[in-house]
Amino acid sequence: MPPRRSTVRVHIHPLGDTALIAELGTRLDSALNTRAIALAAALKKRRDVHQAVVGAVSVTVSFDPDLISHDALGAAIRRLATKRPPIEEPGRLHRIPVVYDGPDLDQVASSLGVTPRQVIELHGRPIYRAFLIGFVPGWAYLGPVPDELVLPRRPVPRTLVPAGSVAIAGRQTGIYPLATPGGWHLIGRTSVRLFLPDSDPPSLFRAGDRVKFFAIQE
Amino acid sequence: MTAVLRVQEPGLFTTIQDLGRPQAVASGVPPGGAMDRFAHTAANFLVGNDRGAASLECTLVGPHLVVESPCLIAITGGDFVPRVNGLPVQMWTSIRLARGDRLSFGGRRSGARAYIAVAGGIVGDRWLASMSTNIMAARGGMHGRPLTDGDVISSGEPPPPAAAGRALAPELLPPYAEHTLRVIAGPHVGRLSPDARQAFYESAFVVSPDSNRMGYRLAGPHLETSGDDMLSFGLVAGAVQVPVGGHPILLMADHQTAGGYPVVAALISASMPIAAQLAPGDEVRFAETSIDAALEMRQAQRAWLESLRI
Repeated sequence: MPPRRSTVRVHIHPLGDTALIAELGTRLDSALNTRAIALAAALKKRRDVHQAVVGAVSVTVSFDPDLISHDALGAAIRRLATKRPPIEEPGRLHRIPVVYDGPDLDQVASSLGVTPRQVIELHGRPIYRAFLIGFVPGWAYLGPVPDELVLPRRPVPRTLVPAGSVAIAGRQTGIYPLATPGGWHLIGRTSVRLFLPDSDPPSLFRAGDRVKFFAIQE
Repeated sequence: MTAVLRVQEPGLFTTIQDLGRPQAVASGVPPGGAMDRFAHTAANFLVGNDRGAASLECTLVGPHLVVESPCLIAITGGDFVPRVNGLPVQMWTSIRLARGDRLSFGGRRSGARAYIAVAGGIVGDRWLASMSTNIMAARGGMHGRPLTDGDVISSGEPPPPAAAGRALAPELLPPYAEHTLRVIAGPHVGRLSPDARQAFYESAFVVSPDSNRMGYRLAGPHLETSGDDMLSFGLVAGAVQVPVGGHPILLMADHQTAGGYPVVAALISASMPIAAQLAPGDEVRFAETSIDAALEMRQAQRAWLESLRI
């Protein structure tokens, strides 16, 4: 059930003079993410909007201040955001094979008071939602992870995480598409390529897609 | 397409840039494009190009280029002491070059990025609707990499009305020497402690050596933030993030497209050219302003640029 009209409170903040962020909530919530995706799609159709990027429960909008003021765009966003979103089409389902041998697997298990095998079982159980694409090309913030797997980020990020690493942090999980710095816990790896530079769009996942992990042996 | 310039020495980090690929942000690809859009646009207008034509962005140390065929160019942005055949030439002015002329740079007097536009626009690989160089993906511009010795740079068909000697009056340049960046308070400014908020606006920050087209790390007072981890949201160039370490990062053209650190301020568009010309070691301060004042400054800059359009 989508939330009723009155439950969506939109907070709009400027990001300089040519952008703003519209926050629909603060918790990882699929219904709010659906609304954010619908809002971004509606905003992209406007002539005065250059880009609308979906956040977990927000939309970041770059616009032309010669064509519309912050206040007028804010009012338009409030109107759009309180509309009942269209019934969501289920996103495309991706099945991702994972070798669960990440360098943090044992540490994660002991921090959570479970066995590594249970971490693997818990991580592979849900069908995750791609809440947003971003951070680096092809990265998707996936979630929510089961409550038993919720851990804060590593206190000190790694300076280099290998491409293909499967990681968890907070209520989210993700796959590093490229070798980058990263602060998430590495529990496994996959050979699936997420950044497809010669495709358009160049990302395997899109916001709203569904993702299921399954364990494989090497 | 005509071969116009041959690279004899590439300079420190010279890339082909246009206005970037904002639509690719939805796939996590940085928007990219020229860091100093004022200088990039001015250079293009001076040679009769559209603002979206690609230019060369030279970082800290300029290249040595040999002219392969006669062309009209303009050099704008940071002052790297441009020379043609060893003799100084004016910046912010269109210059006609003959085959065999040598364009070089004598050193860095001010700024961090110089732009070279060529009438007809520089032609590079197009990736996701832009010729801007993306190093991480190794796509766009000169095969996704900075220029190297021996590269040959081509231009498109020159626009008809191009003329030499057109110039932008110095008083119409953004105040590049004034290292004050004007900002609007960001969505998460409330996460700064009162002391940190005061320190942000009253302290000088130094641009760290590990600053680049992705962003600038700013050394200065530790900025204490509070609150739970935030869910990730889309970012824009000019946003000032404060990560856990308490040292702000100013996001620039190749910024990561989403993140979860508090954004305590965002630069106004009129301050972006000034930020683009900051070099490691430069000191910078932040001053809060209003959206109305920001839009006035933006309009003024645009009017100066429009005065150059043919």
